[in-house]
Amino acid sequence: MRNLFLNPVLNKEFKLRFRSFKSFLGLSFYLLALSIIIIGFIYIQTQNSPMGLFRPDQSKNMFMLLSFIQMGLILFITPGLTAGVISGEREKQTLNILLTTNQSSTSIIFGKLISSVSFLLLMIIASMPIYSIVFLFGGISPGQVATILGFYIFTILVFGSVGIFFSTLVRRTIIAMVSTYGVTLFLTAGTAFLFTVTMSVNQMGITTNNPVPYFFVMLNPIMILFGFLEPDAFKELSSQTGMGIDFPLWAAFLISYTIIFLIMIFISIRKLRPNMKVKSKG
Amino acid sequence: MIEIIDLTKRYGKFTALDSLNLKIEKGSVFGFVGQNGAGKSTTFSILATLLSPSSGTAYINGYNISKEPKAVRSQIGYMPDFFGVYDQLKAVEYLDFYGASYGISQSERKKLIPQLLELVNLTHKQDSYVDVLSRGMKQRLCLARSLIHDPEVLILDEPASGLDPRARVEMREILKELKNMGKTILISSHILPELAEMCDVIGIIDQGKLVAEGSVAEIQKRLQGEKLIIAKLYRELDKAVNFFEDQPLVSQLVRRDDGESLQFMFNGTIEEQVQLLKAALSHDIPIVSFSEIETNLEDVFMEITKGVELS
Repeated sequence: MRNLFLNPVLNKEFKLRFRSFKSFLGLSFYLLALSIIIIGFIYIQTQNSPMGLFRPDQSKNMFMLLSFIQMGLILFITPGLTAGVISGEREKQTLNILLTTNQSSTSIIFGKLISSVSFLLLMIIASMPIYSIVFLFGGISPGQVATILGFYIFTILVFGSVGIFFSTLVRRTIIAMVSTYGVTLFLTAGTAFLFTVTMSVNQMGITTNNPVPYFFVMLNPIMILFGFLEPDAFKELSSQTGMGIDFPLWAAFLISYTIIFLIMIFISIRKLRPNMKVKSKG
Repeated sequence: MIEIIDLTKRYGKFTALDSLNLKIEKGSVFGFVGQNGAGKSTTFSILATLLSPSSGTAYINGYNISKEPKAVRSQIGYMPDFFGVYDQLKAVEYLDFYGASYGISQSERKKLIPQLLELVNLTHKQDSYVDVLSRGMKQRLCLARSLIHDPEVLILDEPASGLDPRARVEMREILKELKNMGKTILISSHILPELAEMCDVIGIIDQGKLVAEGSVAEIQKRLQGEKLIIAKLYRELDKAVNFFEDQPLVSQLVRRDDGESLQFMFNGTIEEQVQLLKAALSHDIPIVSFSEIETNLEDVFMEITKGVELS
């Protein structure tokens, strides 16, 4: 297991990614932008407050704002970081050499996945001290921050696996990238839209206890994030609109996304190298 | 040892490789000659476990490429015809990465990498970034990379293509050294003379079929039978014409436009060629130079496309 995650591909990718000055600049600008948003948010809130105070509920709103910004960043950047890792090697003509080494396909795929999302993980972790400003004003517990961090890491790995999947299967990076963004768009905007439509149908009373909206929420990471930030929101929604399933949405999300992750990784590992067995005779 | 049995690769209706059979003995150097699209790279890719065959199989040191691809990979050092390098990686790090990929320990890699860099004359470039090296240096580094796990078999797909003359000579010298080290080498090229010096056996592939196999001299003789020779003279051109016209192995004698040399076809062995030159000199024919025009692949294929089946 140790060899799987601490493999030569991962070591090399870390070296390449973190050696460049661009990585340092990217991280610096991201933290700067995040700081400006926080300072701006606090400034506006205190200006609008008659006493010039920043209250715990405002602190919670700020945390929610930051969480959604980070989520947007994850959904926007992850496909870009992962969809080119295998197809890019193929285009650069380095993949063939790599595939003739003794490294297992599993080790290569995991090395590529972890290294490609590592920069994003670094950005998220590096932003934690900035996030921690919310503790100064209250409204958010350390447990909630840890949960959100765990949720981010899990989401990054799942969407990263989708990128790796297309990158392995599709020869050209641009097509792999478009396909990955397409899936990301479906799982965010697409499921949100379908949720809205099916909920409207429920509310019109055409069907009762229709579970379909539940499945769309279950697949939507932004709505699940909202559920983590406002735990009561979905309970209320579920009871009012009769989604019909009494099972925690976060757990359903965890299970469905774990299945997606495993399928994507399994196919990527199987398809990385050709099946050398002769398929037909003559 | 490499053994290829009825190896076939089809892409739809197109047959890239057609029932290839080949046996390359341990420690020998086999040159694979063929034009673009002849099937050289397809063969090499299948042997390197990068492409699955449509039918047939191959064994490398007794390991079946279809059933034991992992074992095959540990036996071969593969150098593709076109390859890229990673940006921002130094030559030492490049070799270290592939060494680690073959499961070589760090302490062993530290000893091995300087030796390999020395073998390919790149010690002075060990801390240079790979992407800024010249093409010749990249080719040599890639060759060093293919040797990092000390494979018994080397599969080198046009290692000298695109190199300038000096880099070609350097590459040839390294390959000679590898041959002396006892490696079994399968090497491809477009240019027959390029392989002639270092290969024990040559195979000519055309349209996915092996059309000729044997030593360079055998193949050239079978394909062409005759050599084109140019003799440059210091005066006495007429005397030289009379002399060469009388020689039974000489034909198609022509005076060249420069007015001081002759060209003719010679149908004989190398020993007979030496005898011819000795005889000319003993007849006081003032020969300044006496050279055989190298046969290139295009000439050989001109013969093949005439429909000569040789193997």
